[in-house]
Formats: sequence, C-alpha cells, structure tokens
Amino acid sequence: MSTWEIVIFTLIKILVIFTIMMLTVSYLVYFERRISAWTQNRLGPNRVGWEGVLQPFADVFKLLLKEDIVPEQAEKKIHSLAPVIALFVAFTTYAVIPIGPSFNFFDYNISLVVADVNMGILYVLALTSLGVYAITLAGWSSGSKYSLLGGIRSSAQMISYEISMGFSVGGVILLSESLRPIAIVESQGLWMWNAWIQPIGFITFLVSAFAETNRLPFDLPEAEPELVGGFHTEYSSMKFAGFFLAEYANMIISSALIITLYLGGYQIPFIDITTLGLAHWFEVLIYITAFFFKMGALLFFFLWVRWTIPRFRYDQLMNLGWKVMFPLALLNIIWVAVLIMVFNL
Amino acid sequence: MSLEIILFVILGGVAAVTSVIVITRPNPIISALFLVLNFASLAGLYLLLNAQFIAVAQVIVYAGAIMVLFLFVIMLLRPGNEEKIFSRNPVVKIIASIVAGVVFLQIVYMIFFTSPSNSVTGEVSASVNAGTVEAIGRELFTNYILPFEAAGFLLLAAAIGALVLAKKKFE
Amino acid sequence: MPMLTEFGKIFIFLLTAILFVVVAVVAAKLIRPSRPTREKLLTYECGENTEGTPWVKFNIRFYVVALIFLIFDVEVVLLIPWAMVYQSFGFSGYIVGVIFLLLLGLGMAYEWRKGDLEWERPKIVPPVLAEKMNLEKPDQLTPKEISI
Repeated sequence: MSTWEIVIFTLIKILVIFTIMMLTVSYLVYFERRISAWTQNRLGPNRVGWEGVLQPFADVFKLLLKEDIVPEQAEKKIHSLAPVIALFVAFTTYAVIPIGPSFNFFDYNISLVVADVNMGILYVLALTSLGVYAITLAGWSSGSKYSLLGGIRSSAQMISYEISMGFSVGGVILLSESLRPIAIVESQGLWMWNAWIQPIGFITFLVSAFAETNRLPFDLPEAEPELVGGFHTEYSSMKFAGFFLAEYANMIISSALIITLYLGGYQIPFIDITTLGLAHWFEVLIYITAFFFKMGALLFFFLWVRWTIPRFRYDQLMNLGWKVMFPLALLNIIWVAVLIMVFNL
Repeated sequence: MSLEIILFVILGGVAAVTSVIVITRPNPIISALFLVLNFASLAGLYLLLNAQFIAVAQVIVYAGAIMVLFLFVIMLLRPGNEEKIFSRNPVVKIIASIVAGVVFLQIVYMIFFTSPSNSVTGEVSASVNAGTVEAIGRELFTNYILPFEAAGFLLLAAAIGALVLAKKKFE
Repeated sequence: MPMLTEFGKIFIFLLTAILFVVVAVVAAKLIRPSRPTREKLLTYECGENTEGTPWVKFNIRFYVVALIFLIFDVEVVLLIPWAMVYQSFGFSGYIVGVIFLLLLGLGMAYEWRKGDLEWERPKIVPPVLAEKMNLEKPDQLTPKEISI
C-alpha cells in the first residue's frame, strides 16, 4: 500500500471508531439510567422517543445550549484545558484496541485495529498515566475548596491503583511474550484465557479499572454528601459534558482492555469457527459480534456493581489499593512465573 | 525519509518552544504543564529514533509520575512569594544569563566543532531493533544482570530515603 | 520500516482526536448563550458566601503517596522488559526476576511497617450540638466547636 492509501484507510478507521464510540457512549448513559431505574424499581427516562431511546440526543443538545459558567476565582485557561485533556486521553486510547482479526477486502488486507503497534499495551499504560492531569487540574483550577479536595483525592486514588494495574499487566505480558494487543488475544487461544490462568491478576486489574474510571464504589472524588460534585463542581455546559463523556468513554475502554487482556478478545470460547467452513466475511462478523457481546456484558457488570456495593470510605480505599491490591498483583506475577516454569506454557 | 524530517522538525520545534515557555511563565502550574508537553514531544523524538522503550518510559515515568509529584508539591505550597524573589533581583538574572550562555556555547561547540563519537559501529539495520522492549529485555538478561539488580537496590534505597527525608521535613 | 507507519497511524489518530475535541469545544462556544451575573460567577459553597481562600492546604500524606507511587512506577517500567523475555531464559530469568520482586516487596514492607500506607480513619464523634450551643445569648445561637 502506498502512503496515501494507508493514510486514507487510517482516517476511515478513525472515523468509524469515533462514530461507534460516540454512539456507545451516549447509549451507555441511556442504559445506565434505565438499568439504574430498573434496579431501584422506578421508570427512568422513557418520554423522548420510543421508551426514551432518543434521550441521549436530547441530553447532548441540552448540554450544548447551556450557558458556560466559569467562576471568577478560577484560573480560566487551565479550567478550560482540563476537560479537553480528559476527552483527549479517553479518545486516543482506542487506537490500539483490536475488535476483530484482519480480513481481506478486495485487494487490501484490513486489520480491525487502527494502529497495530508492537507496544500497544505500554501505549495504553502511558495514556492512563496522563489521565491524572485532567482531574488534578480541574480540581486545582476551579478555585473551589470542594473541587480542590475532590481533585487531589481523585488523583491520589488514580495513581495508587495505577501501580496494581501495571503489575497485573506484567502477568499478562509474562504469558504472551508480546506487547501487541492482537498477539495477546491470539496467545490466549480458544479457552486458555488469562482470566482462568491468573484469576488474581484478573481481579486486581478489574478492581483497578473500576478505580481508574472513578466508578462506584470508587467514586470518592465526587462523593456527593461530603464534596458536592468533587472536581467538577464548578463545571457546566460542554465542559461538564467533556468530563461526563470521558468517564463513560473510559468505561468502554476499560472493558475493551479487560476483554483483550483477560477474556480472549474477539475469540469465541471452545469453538474454533475457522473449522466450520463458513464464509470469511461471516467469520469476521462473528468475531466482531463476540467482542461487542463481551463488552456489553462487562459494561452491564459495571452498572450492576454500582448498585450493589456501597461507596468506600477514603481510608478503606487507600488501604485496599496499597495493602490488598498491590501485594496481590505482586503475588500474581510470581504465580504466573512459577506456572510458566512448571508447565512450560 | 522526508516525512521523518518533517516530524523531527515539528517535534523538535515543540520541544524547544515549550522548554522556553517553562522558564518564562510566572505561574508554576502552567510551567509544569508545558514541561509535560515537552516530555511528550521528547518521547516522539525517541520514537523517531526507534527507541520505543525509552519513549514509553519517558511518558510513564517523567510525564506520568514525576510531574504529578511536582504538581502535588506546587499545589501544596501555592507559591506566590517565590515570584518576587526571581523577578526583582537583578543579580540572579545576570548570573543565570551567564550560566545559560556558557552552557549554550558548550552545546554549540559540541555540535559543530567536535567529531561525532565513533562508539556506534555495526550495521544500521541492526540498530533499528535495538530500542524495542524485547531487545532491551534480552540485553538486561545477558550483559546487564548486575546493573538491573543494582537498580532494584537503588530504588529500595530511594524508597526508604525519600520517606525518611519527607517525614523529617514535615513532622 | 513497518513499525514507523504504525506509529504514524497513532500520530494521525492523536491529531484527529485533538481536532475533534477542539471543534467540539469551539462549536459549543459559538452556540451557547453567555449572560454572566455576579451571583453566577461566585464559587459554589452551598448557598453561603465564599469563606477564605479556595486553595486550602491539604494533607501532606497525598504528597507521600505521590512519592511512593513514583518509585513503584519506575519498578513497573523496569519489570516489563523482564516479563517480555522471561520465557526464553528459564530458571536464571526466574531468579533475576524474583530477586527484583523481593527488593520491591522489601520496599513496600518498609513503608507498611513505618505506617506510610496508613490513612487516618475518620473519628466518629457523637453529636454534642445541644451542649455546645450558647443558649443564654440567642444571637449567638451557633455551635461553637463542632468536630465533624
């Protein structure tokens, strides 16, 4: 392929990814509201369109048309920059996540990932480590005590769980011997998913993912009774929407990452569909469906946990991060190393 | 090849401009932010040289960890008085300009008047893969086991020392 | 160099993401109304007037956490090359890694033992509002020392 063809294909992929992401994010918000309502035995949004399916668009228009209020005490430039950083970090992580195997389209071999870099997982970790800035700066620049305390709490929480996340990923790399997400998916094979081989690592990664996305039970930064809205107390209109979108985009990213690293990616358990003699495009379609099915299940799990486990107290949260998750992640690495020694996996 | 040069000029330009901004802004938070941008463009430059591991380490450790620590410190201190010390004292300015000038001349001399070091020999194609994570892992295991473990000891010492010092200062 | 084009794709992705975010922000700026009043621009403090500086001093422990994080982050980064090539080095690789992990664990054990991982538990104080209120002077009918 010539350079221009590569650029055009990449741009098309990026557009497709952005569209899919915006749609999933807005419908994730809708489903979260409906599922929360269902859990609590109330109705939830059901007026806009059939059963409220147009609610996300109504929300977006409302947020677009709202006045943007920046308090006088705020540092204006940084105040506007923070949600931009949050959105940027959330979007760019999608570049390395494979949603299916490569396939042939006319004469082109198209892989279903924007950039198949040989250190994709490290790229994700690097971006995650930059995500702290959005929250720290939002908290600091708002010029409000609630925001500052919420922001600083949240950043301490994120950096604490980043460590256990990094060590959990270490266990996956031990087995796959590669940092390419596609290679990690394929090394798991049909049933040897990392979730079975290293359940401890799976759990530590899952918990860290919850903490990194600031989801309940880890939504300390916005603990309403004590900190009003946490770091986004002073945000309104599109800037608030930026944080909101970033949080949901991060949820989607985390579930996609969990699938890629621990749940066999786009593969279907136990059934090798290449032996069934299906048409090639149909196989690819099945793979993509499997990926999105797993993603939906994980996202439902995210919402389910929200209404099952109450919020931690801050000292409990830090204790969990440093005294439980961190040693467990270390244990997991040793466990995987021993497994490889013994069974020559 | 020309694309690489274009990228080099863009990233190098960003790095140079941001580093100037870092030292001229009165607001330390903005300085810190531009330093992060500077680190990011440096990581891009490392990628152009195929030093992938260094690039990622640059972002994760420098931009993601050290600068967070810096930000915490700046936010903790809320510096307003330091500004005066630096802007009002002409002696500091003169000394700083002299030191900066000497360093600049040194770099100019290094670039234009000395021959490049000949330590890099061997095939160019072999050096392409030298910066990948895997190659660095292999080097760590074959030639540099001792430095690797020494780094472990060093970090242990750093962990203990940093905490001892931090506590001494604040309690 | 095939890998460079993959990084090129990432570069395109980064540029597109920046463009997208900036367009979204600017577009929103163009269509939304802007009618600021003094009340709107005040910092939100639950309806009360703003008290004191917004940049309050927070607990020094956050700084210590960031310090510990920095050290362990470096260890994560150093451990990743080890994990990459572990399988091709067998037992010697295992020993090297275990020594490194042991040192890491030692550092953590030190911090644990010294109490740097401890976080203060909130003190639960029984409500004493009625006793602290100065009932003799009705105009000072505010609680004087309430520890929350």
